[in-house]
Amino acid sequence: MMSEQQLQQATFEYTLRLGDDALVLGHRISEWVRNGPFLEEDIAYGNVALDYIGRARMFYGYAAELADDGRTEDSFAYTRSEREFSNLLINELPRGDFAYSQVRQLLVDIYANLFLTRLLQSKDATLAAIAAKAIKESRYHLRRSREWVIRLGDGTEESQHRCQLALDDIWGYSHEMFEMDALEQQLADAGIGVDVSSLRDDWLVQIREILAEATLQLPADDWKVSGGRDGYHTEFLGHLLTELQIVHRSYPGCQW
Amino acid sequence: MTTENLELFEVFIRSKRGLDHKHVGSLHAEDPAQALEYARDCYTRRSEGVSIWVVRSADIVASQEDDAESFYDPSDDKPYRHATYYQLPDPVNNM
Repeated sequence: MMSEQQLQQATFEYTLRLGDDALVLGHRISEWVRNGPFLEEDIAYGNVALDYIGRARMFYGYAAELADDGRTEDSFAYTRSEREFSNLLINELPRGDFAYSQVRQLLVDIYANLFLTRLLQSKDATLAAIAAKAIKESRYHLRRSREWVIRLGDGTEESQHRCQLALDDIWGYSHEMFEMDALEQQLADAGIGVDVSSLRDDWLVQIREILAEATLQLPADDWKVSGGRDGYHTEFLGHLLTELQIVHRSYPGCQW
Repeated sequence: MTTENLELFEVFIRSKRGLDHKHVGSLHAEDPAQALEYARDCYTRRSEGVSIWVVRSADIVASQEDDAESFYDPSDDKPYRHATYYQLPDPVNNM
């Protein structure tokens, strides 16, 4: 049995993880702004990026409240190095081509919908409230990524090829989403966190259905990479953070 | 990818304030379903609406500038088509 203080510390770390997931993916998606395939998609995907940045702010804001030591949402976003970021690796992978981004988005969106549905039941009222706001966004994100993967997969030879390549490349990073460590187990037991290991079956059912419609092949589960929750990242996160943090690190506390 | 191969759609939004859908602009999309999503993303970002219609621009039959004379001028000399043309009896206060 954890003490009240231990539980609060664990909830803090958990909330920070969720904030990191949202910030890193939100930043990746934002790289499509002004690079979209056409104006309408540029605006639409930019909206998704904003949803994620907003989500990061909600989680970081709550983490700051739990930490209660003077750190703010900005400290979490701008002053931590890559080893201190605990996002899942799938979120930090480079944006690749448009097919790559949409395939990653699909895997993450299905997961997010399942995850947030569970988080709605959290005994932590703030996490449940964040989930209630975020799930509306994620339902829409999934509608988009599902449409795109089907459109591209069941599209031209080129678009199908690119989708399949992306899927095979990203698949090994999807397993980490369903891994539990001691911290997450404690919080799941306490009714605060989500037991993500129980989400994969439902996730896979939806993936199979969409891939079938998109005429894409489900990759084999023959390799996997994880470590993000422990701060072990791909080489790509450092570059992402460099860009994300440059202004704040160059001019600490700058306001305009 | 360019917009050359995409269809053009006109977007109509019904705001919370009004009761009728108003034309707000146009956009490119692959098909009507996608047009509806882009309309949501491009035209309702600031909570402008509660209902969206999208219509293929090609499906709109529009009046032509050249027809203006025959279309509209004939109503210019028919003031009796306006309610204000008629003298109302005093008991009718507001109309």
